Amino acid sequence: MKYAIGIDIGSTCAKAAVLDENKTVVFRLVQPTGWSSVDTAESLRKALCVAGFDPADHPVVATGYGRIAVPYAKKAITEITCHARGACRLFGLEDLTVIDIGGQDTKIIAVKDGLVQDFLMNDKCSAGTGRFLEVMANTLALRPGELCDLARLGGNTSISSMCTVFAESEVISLIGRGEKRENIAFAVVDSVVQKVVSQAGKLAEATGAVCLTGGLCQCDYVREALEKALGRTVTTCADGRFAGAVGAALSGLKL
Amino acid sequence: MSNYVEMWKDLGMDLENHDNLCAVLPVAFGDVYLSQENRPEGMGFWDFVVSEIHGIRPAELVEARKNGQKVFGTFCVYVPDEVVIAANGIVTGLCGGSQFWVPDGEKVLPKSTCPLIKASVGARLGKTCPFFRLADMYVGETTCDGKKKAWEILGEDVPMHIMDIPQMKRPEDIERWAGEIKKFAKVVEELTGNEITVEKLNEAIKTVNEKRKAMARVYEARKADKLPISGKDALLMSQIAFFDDPTRCAQMCNKLADELDKRIEDGVAVFPAGTKRILLTGTPLAIPNWKLHHIVETSGAAVVCEEMCTGTRYFENLVADDSKTLDEAYMALAQRYMKTNCACFTPNTGRIDDLLRLAKEYKVDGVIDVNLKFCCLYDTEGYNVEKAMKAAGIPVLGIETDYTDTDAEQLKTRVQAFVEMLG
Repeated sequence: MKYAIGIDIGSTCAKAAVLDENKTVVFRLVQPTGWSSVDTAESLRKALCVAGFDPADHPVVATGYGRIAVPYAKKAITEITCHARGACRLFGLEDLTVIDIGGQDTKIIAVKDGLVQDFLMNDKCSAGTGRFLEVMANTLALRPGELCDLARLGGNTSISSMCTVFAESEVISLIGRGEKRENIAFAVVDSVVQKVVSQAGKLAEATGAVCLTGGLCQCDYVREALEKALGRTVTTCADGRFAGAVGAALSGLKL
Repeated sequence: MSNYVEMWKDLGMDLENHDNLCAVLPVAFGDVYLSQENRPEGMGFWDFVVSEIHGIRPAELVEARKNGQKVFGTFCVYVPDEVVIAANGIVTGLCGGSQFWVPDGEKVLPKSTCPLIKASVGARLGKTCPFFRLADMYVGETTCDGKKKAWEILGEDVPMHIMDIPQMKRPEDIERWAGEIKKFAKVVEELTGNEITVEKLNEAIKTVNEKRKAMARVYEARKADKLPISGKDALLMSQIAFFDDPTRCAQMCNKLADELDKRIEDGVAVFPAGTKRILLTGTPLAIPNWKLHHIVETSGAAVVCEEMCTGTRYFENLVADDSKTLDEAYMALAQRYMKTNCACFTPNTGRIDDLLRLAKEYKVDGVIDVNLKFCCLYDTEGYNVEKAMKAAGIPVLGIETDYTDTDAEQLKTRVQAFVEMLG
């Protein structure tokens, strides 16, 4: 059996996925990226060896911000291409719109016939990203997942600042005013969702089924809120956060 | 750089701060330019000019001024060099393309001003650019709101003439531009003390036409399947053209074009076969802004053409050189210059036509629309540019950036993903 390994070193988490020649995910692994992409790549290598998939024996493709820091990768491909390929595989679709809310950036990718048609990424600004949500969660003494769950119970509050630093001050003033934590959580998620929706609106080609990938795809409330704001069905899947790694491994199978 | 300290001192420059600039430029140039392989020999001239960027040409200008010639500093491809040359004056570009000058510009300008304006004003106020010190007169124009207001600050202690650029391209606007050129000619005559005759103007038109034709030859070579020159090198040629003597510029460009023609004949290429061909469009890339070219050309693609002021807008279209009267010559100039398609006009559909034509001529695989941050005009026009490219089936990537390197990694990801998308 032939296997291929995909490594996706994102700003927050590093993911690895192993695919067999039938394109089935046979192994997956996620760990915090930490401060050094090189160390992370090495730690992933060791974990893969322990699992019986020594990168020396299988083609490896790297993606994500740390894609150039993976010495054992045969090839580096951007996360845009990998997320598109991975999502096609995970969702079993050829025409779709991928919304990937990552740690450092949010991508909207229009895919047709399995190929990237067009894409949008946020600028340097962290508005609408996982990082934004993470910072606000810290301020509220919550984990990101808890913040998303709590948001479902809140409402009627909004954060107007797009900038993470200013938004944090805004959250602190809301706390100071005695605003309920769930309402602030609601406002935080709403801010992320609104930013993503305004980005998606700029991508005319983004017409296929909307699929959510990235670290936030496990937060069901984020998916629901996106669905409501977009007015379109948003699907996700259990392996959504591995879309980049799966896409990289798919490319590896062709090497 | 050779020793030009005395000259810089005489020009009233801030030597200490200028040293900082002189220290970083060679490193940047080495990383971006000298790292390229198999460059045309003809590029040696431009490498040399860059190595002496604040010395060799300024020294020439200092000499010329001693001999009574006047130097006009300009900021826009709409300002007609021909008029200045006809009065034995010298034109030099002044646009700033380095982050180095931005903080000095931000001392007096709003942060939300485009980096080109901030750098230009900063280069003047910070006293770190000899060209700004040398110019006897600055010639501004009314292309955008940022520039219009910046002139009022920039012109505080230097003679400044401002040309009123029309905002539309109706026949009456072209006539009005001819009138502006005539008024400019009067100003030039007064400052230089030289009369502009129709013979002298026709001669100057010929000189600048020759420069345009020579630059066009280099660009023509970039249409070849096997690219004989990198986009970075061609960009450098365009950038320096704004500062150089027009006749020498034409000679050097022709020499380079000869070499490129020979390379095409011999099948010499600077990129591997199958490298994706990118057309860059948008706001100007003033020297030393090589950022996006470098990112594109280290991401598996090549820049084959720039639909920019530092590109085709600078040299396309010639001026009739056989006018019988000065008024006729001013009209001939106006007609040529008004063919330049800048986003400061409404509508500006000519730019879309240019892009579609250039995309075909240069056989491009994709277009990157790159705009300087806070350039409202080009940013807004980007919508129609991108729509038109997509309608024509040409993949397009929109990018907004400034002179800093802080977004280099994000841009790399975007450009690489775009190149991957091209297949």
